[in-house]
Amino acid sequence: MATKKYPVIWLQGAGCTGCSVSVLNAVSPKIQNLLLDEVVPGHQLNLMFHATIMAGQGEPVIEVLKDTEKDRKGGYILVVEGAIPTAESGAYGSIGEKDGKHYTILKSVEELGSNALLTLAIGTCATFGGIPAAKPNPTGCKGVREVFTENGISTPVVNLPGCPLHPEWFTGTISVILFSGAQALDLDNLARPKLFYGQLIHENCPRRADFDKGRFAEKLGDPGCLYKLGCKGHYTNADCPIRQWNNGVSWCVKAGSPCLGCVEPEFPDGTSPMYEKIAFQELTWSQK
Amino acid sequence: MVTKVKIDPITRIEGHLAIEAVIDDGVVKEAKSAGNLFRGFEIILQGRDPRDANRLTQRICGVCPASHATASALCIDDAFGLTDKIPDNSKIIRCLILGSNFLQSHILHFYHLAALDYVDAVSVVGDLAPFVPRYEGDYRVTGQKNAELVNHYVRALDIRRKCQEMLAIFGGKMPHNVGIVPGGVTEKPTEDKITNFLWRLNEIRDFIDNTYIPDVLAVAKTYDDYFAIGVGCRRLLAYGGFDLPTGKLFKAGVVSPDLKPETFTKENITEDVKHSWYADSSSGKNPAQSQTKPNPNKQRGYSFIKSPRYKDNVYELGPLARMVSNYVQGETITKELVDLVLGEFSAGVDALYSVLGRHAARALEAKFVADAMVDWLTCLKPDEPIIVDSETPEHANGAGLTEAPRGSLGHWITIKDKKIDRYQVITPTAWNASPKDDKGQPGAVEQAIIGTKVKDKDNPFELVRIVRAFDPCLACSVHLLDAKGSKLGVFRVV
Repeated sequence: MATKKYPVIWLQGAGCTGCSVSVLNAVSPKIQNLLLDEVVPGHQLNLMFHATIMAGQGEPVIEVLKDTEKDRKGGYILVVEGAIPTAESGAYGSIGEKDGKHYTILKSVEELGSNALLTLAIGTCATFGGIPAAKPNPTGCKGVREVFTENGISTPVVNLPGCPLHPEWFTGTISVILFSGAQALDLDNLARPKLFYGQLIHENCPRRADFDKGRFAEKLGDPGCLYKLGCKGHYTNADCPIRQWNNGVSWCVKAGSPCLGCVEPEFPDGTSPMYEKIAFQELTWSQK
Repeated sequence: MVTKVKIDPITRIEGHLAIEAVIDDGVVKEAKSAGNLFRGFEIILQGRDPRDANRLTQRICGVCPASHATASALCIDDAFGLTDKIPDNSKIIRCLILGSNFLQSHILHFYHLAALDYVDAVSVVGDLAPFVPRYEGDYRVTGQKNAELVNHYVRALDIRRKCQEMLAIFGGKMPHNVGIVPGGVTEKPTEDKITNFLWRLNEIRDFIDNTYIPDVLAVAKTYDDYFAIGVGCRRLLAYGGFDLPTGKLFKAGVVSPDLKPETFTKENITEDVKHSWYADSSSGKNPAQSQTKPNPNKQRGYSFIKSPRYKDNVYELGPLARMVSNYVQGETITKELVDLVLGEFSAGVDALYSVLGRHAARALEAKFVADAMVDWLTCLKPDEPIIVDSETPEHANGAGLTEAPRGSLGHWITIKDKKIDRYQVITPTAWNASPKDDKGQPGAVEQAIIGTKVKDKDNPFELVRIVRAFDPCLACSVHLLDAKGSKLGVFRVV
């Protein structure tokens, strides 16, 4: 059976490259498997464009974008990392030079998004705007879905937030797409796969027993539930406590830090001050 | 004949960067390195809880977040009056987190960012994206050695991942660790964690000693003309970093072109903005006083990077600066390592000011840090404190200076009414990739490019090899245009 190849274009907007680095930390499959092997039998990714990894530079790599958009119209996966600066018609960010002009992040996401099979918005910047969109949002940053909606782009968007996202939220989503098709992804009302974002941190937290018994840490480094130190686990939807980070070594609460709520749309403004308690009844987001 | 070479985007760096070079008769006459680090972080930080700066500023860069975590913690410690109270355990754990990130960053840089300029991956994996398209021509490593280096590219992916896993033992997760906080750290150094860390570290040290350093030397032997390419400004600066109970691993120092060490004083740092998109009124100020006032319509501007200078001079920062600074101040281990490598090539210290000198310094530094980390681990005391209590002051100032993988990093804070009133960050790439200053002196990368002979303007290997040797980090280096989408000014290398 011939291998089915899925071209992938990975764009970096207003972000920090942390989500790319996180995906480099993937374990099973590893990044080298994603680049070189059939990720699931008979299906392989073909990473056409990724600014941190690819060998080429300058005009030839911009040509790759043009060719993929034209030759594989409706057949490639667009990955967007980083927010989209929309102020001044996108003037605050470009990914290179195209046809003698700056190819803005906004324009590249609109054009390449319109002709993609599917768009994966990875990390909280690309999904909801994240830190670049925090008050006063100096560059008018927005997430991909908002930009698509405003521009009438109907390409489906899957949101994989996190600051950064967990590598398995990426490889796991790719697995669903390659095994069963994108329509098999069961998404919540923020377009996040329930497979990874379906339960509260609080539900699976190893310090949950401390919460239930009223044993609270009063300062960092103490044992006990971190609720009084600003832990946002009680309204944050992610499977960090079960999956853990960096090949299962640790995760935020295990290392004695409050959950920052980094997968939620209100991160960071709604989750700040980060070390101050935010009560259950103050929750505002619609899905709660 | 005068030609203009434009490379936009420069890839395999952190962030977006454009380079333009004016080449006359095969030699670069003018160069502009233009990046744009303006996401408005310093503006976004205003009015927030000072402690949150420690979490938010890490997100400036996903490749070196531990450096920002360290700088911001030191900065807030200073403002909160905690600097002298930080427990020894906390100092060591902060250094272990920062050190782990140095190792992952240096290994990533050589194998995954730089090596494809020297190693012929296509002859091993075939015409496969993302290894094509690429510059064609000057790939000199061949046969068995080339296959081995491609194999090490893959193996290094595992090793750099393991550096992150090691970091997570005390940092909780990576990128964007949660372990380093103002006042100390959050994770206790229990014996099991110390041993777990040690054996992960030993695997990485084995890779550095027996694979990374030999590979850098092998590339150097094949491309030895690059010991004379990309000389640069020859002035080196290190703030000093890795604040251990016994002092700093990297000494602070200013090294003149004739290798004389001078004492570093942070008050001598100023930031020029004549050729940057910021209001001229903010030019020439020390970061403890300066403001970020963007002015994207400034005609003279060609970059969002400011021009940091030390006593009005251009300086290069990074592994080369740190190793030479330690060397000229007589630090014995650094001296042995550097002399060993220079001896291998029968070269003098001058050879260090080059593309290969920067790669060699980075590899040796990885060994220097990794070996030192073993000693730090044994100084941890499982029963002793990891954090001190603190209270946010009504009004205060603070500075946090440290070393990041790419060079010295500084954070400065002013607190008013318990909130951030002003926050300034100067990154190492701001020094290295800065535009011309108020006196018209080109930045360090620009100086390294000017005078370079370019053999093939369609495949200008020399330019990208020079730029990448500095390991630029331009987190979200986005270019600025006016509202109509046309250029606001020439900000690339013309």
